[in-house]
Parts: sequence; C-alpha cells; structure tokens
Amino acid sequence: MKYLLFICTDEATEAENATADRTAEYAKWAQEAATRGVLVGGERLRPTTDATTVRVRNGELLVADGPFAETKEQIGGYFVIDVPNIDDAVKAASMLPGAHDGTIEVRPIWEM
Amino acid sequence: MGDVSDAVARAFRDEWGRIISSLIRTTGDWDIAEEAAQDAFAQALEKWAVDGVPRSPGAWLTTVARNRALDRLRRDKTRASKYQEIAVTTDDEPGENHAVVDDRLRLIFTCCHPALPLEGQVALTLRTLAGLTTAEIARAFLVPEPTMAKRLVRAKAKIQNAGIPYRVPPPELLADRTHAVLGVLYLLFNEGYSATSGDDVVRAHLCDEAIRLTTALTELMPDEPEAVGLLSLMQLHDARRVGRVDGHGDLLPLEEQDRSTWDLDVIRAAIARLEAAERVGERGPYQLQAAIAACHAIAPVAAATDWARIAALYDQLVGMIPSPIVRLNRAVAVGMAVAPEAALVLLDELADELSGFHLFHATRGDMLRRMGSFGAAIEAFSSAMELAPTGSERRFLRRRIDELG
Repeated sequence: MKYLLFICTDEATEAENATADRTAEYAKWAQEAATRGVLVGGERLRPTTDATTVRVRNGELLVADGPFAETKEQIGGYFVIDVPNIDDAVKAASMLPGAHDGTIEVRPIWEM
Repeated sequence: MGDVSDAVARAFRDEWGRIISSLIRTTGDWDIAEEAAQDAFAQALEKWAVDGVPRSPGAWLTTVARNRALDRLRRDKTRASKYQEIAVTTDDEPGENHAVVDDRLRLIFTCCHPALPLEGQVALTLRTLAGLTTAEIARAFLVPEPTMAKRLVRAKAKIQNAGIPYRVPPPELLADRTHAVLGVLYLLFNEGYSATSGDDVVRAHLCDEAIRLTTALTELMPDEPEAVGLLSLMQLHDARRVGRVDGHGDLLPLEEQDRSTWDLDVIRAAIARLEAAERVGERGPYQLQAAIAACHAIAPVAAATDWARIAALYDQLVGMIPSPIVRLNRAVAVGMAVAPEAALVLLDELADELSGFHLFHATRGDMLRRMGSFGAAIEAFSSAMELAPTGSERRFLRRRIDELG
C-alpha cells in the first residue's frame, strides 16, 4: 500500500532547526527508505507564507493566500512510501526527525 | 425447543468470536464474516430443532458459516476477486505460524489497533469478539443506535482503507500492542463497573464481557503475566461490586462497606491466579494494582488493612506509572500506613497538577480530619464538593462536612 507522510512541524522553529544536521537527517532517512525500496517520492515545501488555497464554491473559484487551516503546526514536506501495511508506515514515520518535535500525518493513498 | 435455543445460545457464547475471527482471515471481509456467522446461527435454530443438536456445535456452525461466506463471495464476483487477493496477502504474513495462532488473537489485536479511535476499538471488540449486537453496545455506552452503527462502519472501513493488518503483531511491536489490548479490556470493565443503579444492568453486563474476554486472552497468551494481572484485578473488583453502593445507589467508601457481601471464593481464586503469575517474573502495573486490590479484599475489617504493604506496592507502581493519580493513591496509602502528616507532604507536591480534581481535595480533607484539623478539613471537603462531578459524590462529601461541623 502507498502512504503519504505529511511532515507537520512548527514553521517558526523549523526555520531555526533547518541546519545542515537536520537536512542531513532527512536525507539519511530518504536514503535508507530508498535502499529498502519503499520510497516513492517526497519534497520539502516552501513555508505557508507562500501557500495558496484553492476552493470552488457554487461554481465560483475562491483563491486565498495562506494554508488550508491555521494551526500551530504546518505541513513542511512530505514523502510517499510503499509498504505492506500501516504498522510499517507508522514505523517509517516514527523515524522521521519531524516526528520528534512535530507530527507526521499518515494518509493512505486512494488507489484508483 | 427450549433445549435447542439454550444450545444455540451456549454455542453463541462459546463459538461466535472463534467463527468470526476465522472467517475474517479466510474472506478478508468483516461484513461478509459477520453476516455469514449470523446466518449460521439462524440456521442452527431451525435445523437443530429438527435434526437434534450436533455433537460438535462449533464445527457444525463453522462449516455452515464458511459455506455461506463462500457463497456470498462467489455471488459477488467483483468483490470476490478483490477480497481473495487480500486474503492471500494476509495469509502471507511472514513469521506467523497459522497452525498455532488462534484467529481470535489476530482479531483482538486488530480491533485494538492504535490507528483506530478508542471508541471504535471498544465497539468493534464487543461486536466481533463478544458478539454483542449494535443495539446492545449502543445501550451500554448510552448513545443512539445509529451513532453506534456508524462508529462500527467507520472502524471497519478504516481497517480496510488504511491497511491495518489482520495479525498478531511482530515481536518488536508485541509488548506495546498487548498493553493497548489490556487497556481496552480494562476500559470496557470500568465502563461497566462505573454503573451503579439498577437501570444499568446492560452496563454492568460489560464487566462480565470484559472478564470473559480477558479470560480468553490469558488462555491465548499464557506467557503474558500482565493479562493474568488484569484478570485478577477485574475479579477482585467484581467480587466486591454489590457491596460498594448503599440502598440509594450511592457509592460507599471502603471502610463503610459491608464486607459480608464480598464473594470470597472469587477473591481467593483471583489471588491464587495472581500469585501463580508473579512467579513468572517482574511484576507489571496490572499485577501491582491487582496486588493492591488483594490487600483490601482480604482484610476482614477496614482496620486490618495492610497499609504498609499497599504503600510499598504503590512505590513500585509510581516507578512505572508516575501519573498524578497514582501518586495521589500512594499519598493515601502513606497517610494510612505512616501518618496523615506524611500524606499532606506528598499531597502538596501534587497541588499544581491536581487542584482541579475533586478527589485531591477530598483526600486532603480526609487526612486533615484524621489529624483533627477540622476547620481546614471542612474547607478542603467544600472545595471537593464544588468540583465533584456526580450527585452521589456531592452527597457523600456533604455528609463528611456535616459530621465535622
């Protein structure tokens, strides 16, 4: 099954955290996931100040500045992995640096 | 006819969880498993009345249910191909020996998977393992039946959609997940145990179901002393269930309970089981709590309670679960074993965390009362009364204040 791992961390502290060490930790995680053959893809995202929200209501296009929800934590990046079940997805998520000071939301990919 | 319906009812209690759990593994479809099992029991009522009760009701029901499930799968071709694929993948779980693992164990670990909401875990456990109807579960948790039905549908959908595996977790996850299962069973028990009035028969029934499921778990995991610890803990509470309320359904403190209402046979059996499990190794939190309950349960009168031992057990428990509630209980034990002044020192350390909790103030009041500081005790009991969530507790605290005033 494919799972999307949203890396939700506090952008304010993430900027301070984005040291070479931190970046290297993510790179190491991705390298290991790729070696095990479970990595499908993933990117780091620009902060929510650069986000645009798109909605269509009653046929009208509503484009707004900002993320879809104002919370303390924002989606800072994501990975897509392909593993046998949720236990493996949770295990992979728990090894992400962001799991320790933020939250990883695990979402199954809707296979069409 | 009465004999037949009795036999079916007995088979239902003994076999429902077994049948459902094996059908879920072979079909990979929770709804088909449930419907097929229901059909099999309906057929049993008719057939057994004519042909007599088969020698092995379980085998009869399993065969009929499996055939029903296969019929359903065959009829629904598109679903069949999809689910057969799933059934094959779950069968391929590495490191599991299918001949040895009881399907009920797979089922309980799946029902209690942490990716499911807790209320969904509880509902699914009662529906699939214990065989309670949706209506019965709804009544037990005081929610409308459609709400409970939705809860069950959502939980089953998440199992399918999120890829929650139907298996006993691998060794590296087993300890955590076993703890989660025990937590759900204890919650189930406490839901029933908190029911005090006569109208709450359905809720009280949850205690029996929790004990039944935990008994099954101790048989399925004989090397898990904490499962035995939990079972003993439940039985030690259950044996004293009748005596803990007065004629109005109000809760009585331990020292005012009529100990002749306690079921000594159950208490003795629970303690024997606990002691056998203790020989296995280090005691976990459920065994410690059961050992504490045992201290209360064997005291012939409140004054004979071995508070020193209880305080020592709480010391160990605080080492494992340093929660404010456990520390509050330890303070009580120290107060009774040593002196109320010693308890007050421990209570002061908890003031920040527990000042909004009525039992914190009630405990302080009780210690102050024992010290003879009646004015301060009344003040503490009054704070407790303002925070107490139930009328029964408020009445109890009012009584304490009146006794002092």
